[in-house]
Amino acid sequence: MRIELTVNGVAREADDVWEGESLLYALRERLGLPGSKNACEQGECGSCTVYLDGAPVCACLVAAGQAQGREVTTVEGLAGDGLDPVQQAFVEKGAVQCGFCTPGFLMSTKDLLDRDPAPSDPEIREALAGNLCRCTGYEKILDAVRTAAANR
Amino acid sequence: MRPFAYDRPDTAAAAVAAVADRPDAAFLGGGTNLVDHLRLGIADPGLLVDVTSLTSTEIVDIDGGLRIGAGVTNADLAADPRVRARLPVLAAALLSGASGQLRNMATTGGNPLQRTRCPYFQDPASACNKRVPGSGCAAIGGATRNHAILGASEHCIATHPSDMAVALAALDTQVRILGPDGGRTLAFTDLHRLPGDTPEQDTELAHGELITAIDVSYPRGRHAYRKVRDRASYAFALVSVAAVLDVVDGTVLDARIALGGVAHTPWRAVRAEDTLRGGPATEEAFAAAAEAELADARPQPGFDGGNAFKIPLARRTLTATLRQTTPRETA
Repeated sequence: MRIELTVNGVAREADDVWEGESLLYALRERLGLPGSKNACEQGECGSCTVYLDGAPVCACLVAAGQAQGREVTTVEGLAGDGLDPVQQAFVEKGAVQCGFCTPGFLMSTKDLLDRDPAPSDPEIREALAGNLCRCTGYEKILDAVRTAAANR
Repeated sequence: MRPFAYDRPDTAAAAVAAVADRPDAAFLGGGTNLVDHLRLGIADPGLLVDVTSLTSTEIVDIDGGLRIGAGVTNADLAADPRVRARLPVLAAALLSGASGQLRNMATTGGNPLQRTRCPYFQDPASACNKRVPGSGCAAIGGATRNHAILGASEHCIATHPSDMAVALAALDTQVRILGPDGGRTLAFTDLHRLPGDTPEQDTELAHGELITAIDVSYPRGRHAYRKVRDRASYAFALVSVAAVLDVVDGTVLDARIALGGVAHTPWRAVRAEDTLRGGPATEEAFAAAAEAELADARPQPGFDGGNAFKIPLARRTLTATLRQTTPRETA
């Protein structure tokens, strides 16, 4: 089947999409956007977090057909002329170990700060509960979220 | 994954007809459970009928409550000001479930129909009467920490995983259903089935029947939802309790209580309610209600130590949640 969707503000289409494909697969393998990561493939880890019509979702659990006609934002869409303040804060604080979870954390953090510019630590933890870092580098990630909140 | 067809009809009636026509067809809602099952090889439909764009995403006022469209996401439902103000037990249950990413996709119609997270059900290599009727139950005597203590059968000891459904079971909730022969309404507490000898059938819905909306009445009283789990967030309940208690001058006029994590259904705690109604809202009464509700509870032995701990855990969580719904005496 063919799917047509808007990705990072640009109208895109993909042909010969198999019905069993996920939005994540379509983004990575058909639309050349490998920023969203494929890790657990069951909605547990949040590495594939993208915005679907503005709301963060696990792209691995969205069937490609469900994205027809909708707006998707991936981690590639975060930066404008320079890095997004959330990306800059993750760089400044070294909130990266292997880096595989980072795109998902960036997307969830930006969504949190868009909704709540000054979250408390418990609010940050709850908002990031759907993102797992297998390197367990959470302290630096929390530092980066606090820094991003302060710098925005 | 076996190849399947994907269809996105324009109307709910067309979707119902499409699924009713094919025994191997399934509705696709938010997909947070079904898309996972396609990949795990648990679900093997020949046709997926996407209903996300044709069921209502509106929450409308009805007499004394709300009609929640089946397409309303868990996130939108939890954020609705009317739900937060008048149905706080539902808002709390929703927000205690899954993660933000999943709540943004999961729907009102789909959430109660999600399937058990029993690891043996989710593993195609294990015996499971729910997945393959007659194949046996690898959970019995297996790792049973997350399994049932109420209403289980010798064929299935799985639990229902939803938090939202526990709140809906406690509230006065009606499920609006569209089927090939027209519409019908079912009390939410009649939607789910105990496993008995047909654990493959989770609910009373017939093939082709689609939930189009859920009606919830505003109850009188104070609400509480309490969830006990292995970590502070993003885990299924070991035990959860939804309670709404209407107490006037120290007397319980009405009690609405349901338990999660303990049975194949969201478990309406009828015995606890009956024990409380008309009596005093005291610590002793709460403990007696919990005792009555758990009187028939049976533990499942398991190589992980079994789940006998869940019986006192459920009793204490129920007592504590009732306490939470009751205003403290001011001296």
